[in-house]
Amino acid sequence: MTTKEKETKRSQQQDVEITGSEAVIRSLIAEGAEVIFGYPGGAIMPVYDALYDYRNALRHILTRHEQGAVHAAQGYARVTGKVGVCIATSGPGATNLMTGIADAQIDSTPLVCITGQVTSGLLGTDAFQESDVVGLSMPVTKWNFQITTPEDIPEAIAKAFYIAASGRPGPVLLDITKDAQFGKLKYKYAKCHKIRSYVPEYPVNKEKLAEAATLINEAKKPFLIFGQGIMLGEAERELKGFIDKTGIPAAWTLLGLSALNSDHPLNVGMLGMHGNYGPNIKTNECDLLIAVGMRFDDRVTGTLKTYAKQAKIIHIEIDPAEINKNVKTDVALLGDAKKILRLLTHIVSPNKHKEWVKEFKQAHAIEDKKVIQSDLYPKKPGLTMGEVVRRVSEYTKNKAVIVSDVGQHQMATARYSKFTQPRSHITSGGLGTMGYGLPAAIGAKLGEPNREVVVFAGDGGFQMTIQELGTIAQEKLGVKMVILNNHFLGMVRQWQELFFEKRYSFTEILSPDFVKVADAYGIPGNHVSDRDKLDDAIKVMFETEGPYLLEVNIEKDDNVFPMVPAGASVSDILLSPEDATK
Amino acid sequence: MKKEFIITTYSENHIGLTNRITIILTRRQVNIESLTGSESALPGIHKITIVINEEEEKVKNIVKQIDKIVDVLKAFYHTNEEMIYQEIALYKVLTKSLMESDEIEKLIRSHNARILEITPEYTVIEKTGHKEETQELFQGLNKFGVLQFIRSGRIALTRSPIEKLSEFLKERDELLEKVETRSKLRKAN
Repeated sequence: MTTKEKETKRSQQQDVEITGSEAVIRSLIAEGAEVIFGYPGGAIMPVYDALYDYRNALRHILTRHEQGAVHAAQGYARVTGKVGVCIATSGPGATNLMTGIADAQIDSTPLVCITGQVTSGLLGTDAFQESDVVGLSMPVTKWNFQITTPEDIPEAIAKAFYIAASGRPGPVLLDITKDAQFGKLKYKYAKCHKIRSYVPEYPVNKEKLAEAATLINEAKKPFLIFGQGIMLGEAERELKGFIDKTGIPAAWTLLGLSALNSDHPLNVGMLGMHGNYGPNIKTNECDLLIAVGMRFDDRVTGTLKTYAKQAKIIHIEIDPAEINKNVKTDVALLGDAKKILRLLTHIVSPNKHKEWVKEFKQAHAIEDKKVIQSDLYPKKPGLTMGEVVRRVSEYTKNKAVIVSDVGQHQMATARYSKFTQPRSHITSGGLGTMGYGLPAAIGAKLGEPNREVVVFAGDGGFQMTIQELGTIAQEKLGVKMVILNNHFLGMVRQWQELFFEKRYSFTEILSPDFVKVADAYGIPGNHVSDRDKLDDAIKVMFETEGPYLLEVNIEKDDNVFPMVPAGASVSDILLSPEDATK
Repeated sequence: MKKEFIITTYSENHIGLTNRITIILTRRQVNIESLTGSESALPGIHKITIVINEEEEKVKNIVKQIDKIVDVLKAFYHTNEEMIYQEIALYKVLTKSLMESDEIEKLIRSHNARILEITPEYTVIEKTGHKEETQELFQGLNKFGVLQFIRSGRIALTRSPIEKLSEFLKERDELLEKVETRSKLRKAN
C-alpha cells in the first residue's frame, strides 16, 4: 500500500476521537478533494499541522498570496467540474480571499473556502488578526458559517460541499475558530443530500415545456443563446442534440464559450459588447430567443429598452431569481438544463432554417471583411492580439485549456481561440478581475495535468498576481504563459480613445522585462515582436517541457472591435473606430 | 408606482440570517420601514416581517433573492390589504399633565389606548393599531408634551384561516425527494 493509500484509509476511519483540525482534513478527503490551495498563518495553524499527516492524500499547493489560492481553486473547479478548495488564515488571509470569492459568486463557481479564526472567546474583541469574515463575505457567498465547536465540523463541511456544488453553484465560506480546531470530537462523516430550507432545482414543468415546444415549432427565425449553465449542468451533448434537430443557430456568452465545438456549423459566435456582429444584430431580428443557462448580463444585452423586443423569449434557467430579473420572458422553464433540453429535443419538430442561418453567414462575411481579416492577417508590421491567439490555438489543434486575464487580450482570446472540448475556456466574466489569469491557470493545470494549459494575459493584469510565478516554479507546473504586451492598460486606453477624447489618464504602464522575471524563478521564456518569428516562438514554447513564458510585443493601437458601446443597443454594434466617430 | 408591501420570511433561526436578508435590500437602495422577528408557531422556525415602500416589480425580484438564501424556507410579499397587521406604540407623559385636566384621559378613551404604569412623575400609555392611528394619538398627546415615544415594527398575518407551515414543510420534503440533483445522479451511477 502506498503512503497515499494508507493516509486515505486512515482518513476513512469512523467513530474515532480526533481533533477538529484533523476532522477538517478528513472531511475534505471524504468529499473527494485531491488538490487544495492555501497559505498558512496563526489562526489556521492547527489545520496545517493536521494536513502534514495527510499530505500525500491531499495535495496542498502553497500559493504566494491568498488571492492566488482562491483564483487557483476557481480555475481548478472550472476545468474539473469539482468543488475548488482553498484555505487561509484569519484577518488579512481571509480578506485577501474576498476578490476571488466575489468572482466565484458572480460566475457561479463552486468553492469551499476555509478560514481560520481567533479563539471563540476573543471574537469581537479586536484580537490580533481578527476580522469579521462571516460578515465580510456574506454578500459574496452562497452560504457561510462560523464553526466554534469541533463537533460541528464534519456536518458543516458536508453541507458546504453540497451547497457549493448543487443547483446554481457558488462559493461557500467556513470560518473555524482556533479552539474548534484544537478541540476533540468523535469523528463520523456523512455526506449531505438534503437541506429543508434549500431547493437546489425544481422539477421540470411539463405544461411549460409544451408551450416552449409550440413556440419553437412555430418560429421562423429562432435564435438560441447559451451561457455557462450548459457546462455547469453538463448539458453539452443535449445542447448539440437540440440544435442539430431544430437547425437553430446558437451563440454563446463569454462564459458559455467551449460548451459547443467552435467549428459546429450552427455555432454563430459570441454575444455582447465585443461579441460577433451576427449574434448581436440578429438578437433584434429573431422572432424567438431561447436563452439557456445565462443571466442576461448588461455586457450581453446592451440597453434593455431595445433588447429583443420583437421576439418571444424562452428562458431555461436553474435559478428562479434570474427569471424576469433583467428581461421579461414569455415562457420560463425552471430547472436543470440537461433534463429540459433532453425533454425538449424529444418533442420539437426537426427543422433546417436554411435562409435564417444564411443571414448569420452574411453577417459574418461583413465582420470578416471589416474586422477579422485585419486582426488575423494584418498588413501592418505590428503584431495583433488576434493573430497570436489564433496561432497558439491552432498549434494545439484547438485542444488546449485556454485561460485569460481581463481586458483587451481577454476579448481577443474569446474571439479567436477555438475549442473542441467543453470546460476549456477559463476567464473572469462577471467580476472582470484583473490578475485572475495566472493563478487560475495554475488551478487549471492541476485539474487537467495531461492537457496543454495556456494563459493569455496583458502586461497590466499579469503584474497584479505576478508573484504566482513562484508557485509555478515550486510545483513545476507546465503552464504556458503568453503575455500580450502593448505597454498600456489597453481596454481602458481604448475607452479613453473612443469616449474620453483621447485623454490617456494613467493608462501607460511600465513593466519589467517579463522574461527576466521568469528567469529569476528558473522559468524559461522568450520575447517576440516580429511576425515571421511568431510561429517558431510558439513551437519552442510548447516543445519546452514545463512552464514557459512568452512575451509578445503587440501594436498599442490594436483595439477590440466589434463593440457595442456601454448602454447602447446591440443593433448599434460598431465594426470600426470610424463607426464610433460617425 | 411605489407603495407599501409586507415581506414575510420563514427561515431557520441561524445567526446572521437577518443580516443576509437586509443586505439584499440595502444593496438595492431600499429603505426598511420596519422589521420584526420572532419564532413562528412551529418551534425552530423563525418569522421575519419587513415593511418596505417600493414598486411591485422590484419587490418581486427582492423576494426571489431572499427566497434564494440557503437558510430561508420561504419568502412572500403581500400588500397591506391582503394582511391583518398591527403595531404597538408606547408614550410617556408627565403624570402632572394627566392630572391637570381630563384632556389626556379623553384621548386615551377615544383612541382605545390604555395606561400601563403610573408613577408620581410619569405615566406610560400603550396603544396598538396601524401607524396612522398610533401617530394620531402621538399628535394628540404631544400637545401636553410626550417625554418618550416608541413604535414597534409591524406584525402581520395572512387572511387564510391557519398558518400552513407544517403542510408546507411536508410538501417541501416531497419536492426535495423528487428532485434528482446532479450529486444524487452521480451517486446512483
